Amino acid sequence: MNDSKSPRNRVAAHIRELPKSGIRDFFELVMSMDDIISLGVGEPDFVTPWGIREATIYSLEKGHTSYTSNLGLLSLRQQACEYVRKDFGVSYDAESECIVTVGVSEGLDLILRAILEVGDEVVYHEPCYVSYPACIKMAQAKPLPLVTTEEDGFSLDPAKLKSTLTDRTKVLLLNFPNNPTGANLSRDQKKEIAEIAVAHDLIVITDEIYAELTYGERSPSIAAFPGMKERTVFLHGFSKAFAMTGFRIGYACGPSDLIDAMMKIHQYSMLCASIMGQEAAKEALKNGRRDMESMKSAYLTRRNMIVKRLNNIGLPCVNPEGAFYVYPNISSTGLSSQEFATRLLKEERVAVVPGTAFSQEGEKHVRCAYAVSTSDLETALDRIKGFVERVRSENKTSPGFRKHKKDKVAIAN
Amino acid sequence: MKSDNIEKVLGLLQQNARLTSEQLSERLAISVDEVDAIIVECEKTSVIRGYYTLVNEDNFDRQRVRAVIDVAVEPERDGGFDRIARNIAKFSEVTDVLLVSGNFDISLIVVGDSLQDVANFVSSKLAPLRGVRSTRTHFMLKKYKEAGFTFEDDEDYERLKITP
Ligand SMILES: Cc1ncc(COP(=O)(O)O)c(C=O)c1O
Repeated sequence: MNDSKSPRNRVAAHIRELPKSGIRDFFELVMSMDDIISLGVGEPDFVTPWGIREATIYSLEKGHTSYTSNLGLLSLRQQACEYVRKDFGVSYDAESECIVTVGVSEGLDLILRAILEVGDEVVYHEPCYVSYPACIKMAQAKPLPLVTTEEDGFSLDPAKLKSTLTDRTKVLLLNFPNNPTGANLSRDQKKEIAEIAVAHDLIVITDEIYAELTYGERSPSIAAFPGMKERTVFLHGFSKAFAMTGFRIGYACGPSDLIDAMMKIHQYSMLCASIMGQEAAKEALKNGRRDMESMKSAYLTRRNMIVKRLNNIGLPCVNPEGAFYVYPNISSTGLSSQEFATRLLKEERVAVVPGTAFSQEGEKHVRCAYAVSTSDLETALDRIKGFVERVRSENKTSPGFRKHKKDKVAIAN
Repeated sequence: MKSDNIEKVLGLLQQNARLTSEQLSERLAISVDEVDAIIVECEKTSVIRGYYTLVNEDNFDRQRVRAVIDVAVEPERDGGFDRIARNIAKFSEVTDVLLVSGNFDISLIVVGDSLQDVANFVSSKLAPLRGVRSTRTHFMLKKYKEAGFTFEDDEDYERLKITP
């Protein structure tokens, strides 16, 4: 047998080198346990509003079960462009500057593959959504993480951005409101970042999937700033704001040459997004605002509750300005993020996601999603409180504990 | 006292009247004192009329008979339907009274221990009232939703416990 055909070598090098998703092992452990409260779910706990489901059923009754145009239903693109114009402050042409994708996930993959070549760099901020570095590597480009810090409220400091850019940086990838921190960008920050992007001739990809779930003032998309529309690809979708994760519908708006390039890949690899999902999305844009607002106000209630309690427990957190995540600092417990999450799960049956899933520097943090009912949230927070108090008293009674742990890590490195 | 906050307090209490002031304060990020002041004020001005527990009698021994009754009424020169609606509301058997548009004028809900009980109420108390022209009684067979709460839980399915 030829050596190059051995199973290990069948997989392409750039895929072989992709790390397993940081939460895979933890996921297996969680799924093996019953009766837990999970603050680990990055999707709405709400079922898709009935009006949207009902309209989808009606479209099935009428027999809308075919392929659609590669770009997606024109009527959906028109509605989406109108929505983006009104709510995000940028006008796009539905026929040439918008494409319907299978979630923001596909939109991101399409644009990265459409513009990146070997050796190109993509600057993105960490902590971030788990797919970003992997998708950049799958497009054979180089991910260049820029660490956002607690001190900056996990927002993107324009000065740090400037100093991260190199001659090979082609793309800036943004996600605000952010998964996993809930951080947002102010209007001024957007303005400064936009100026840097123009000066360095960057293409900006902005993943605004959590935009509707902004609790403070909501400023226009970065695509709306001077010089930005022609260099920005705006990614959005229905998963979060309309509780439609399973419908798998998103869309991208941007300059026609880039949308065209995305469309090329999409037509050969995906053909089109599911028509059922597209019909649902049309209804969401037509009549979904009231339901969306009421879900948003439920998230806000829960955010207030979890932030106050975590701070009281002594797990300080930056007040999230959007999305449904909070990213507390757990370093005062002396536990690593993985230890914290594993012990909390085993001892108190509460699941949170270790910060290391979202950043190489996530060791001090865990992500708690507050897309759960207030009563579950209340119970989970009581259990976290008990857990943290127990860990602290253990630390007191065995003073060597922390040092010992540190030594171990040092050896392992 | 911001009217915005009043609305928020009322909104949460309408979903769960048992929330404590501390819980309301935590969830709305306003002080306990302000929450208390809002509740006192709303009770005083009758914005809050009462606190009510939603019971699913299907899951409980003592099932009672309920009927929705439409009533056609002769309006009066002074006060239209008010006098008769108020008098209907005084019966302890009646839990809800609404003035409605359409073929009938008043809709009410009556509770009794048996069908007979409710039938008696209609024939001996309601129908003879001065001004009542006709009634139509619908016995309630099953309740699916009340005050925004559904009476059946959704089925579980393979929902993931961790997603990115
Ligand atoms: C930042 C971010 N982008 C994209 C996605 C994926 O969204 P979609 O369901 O539209 O593919 C998620 C989902 O968690 C996310 O958090």
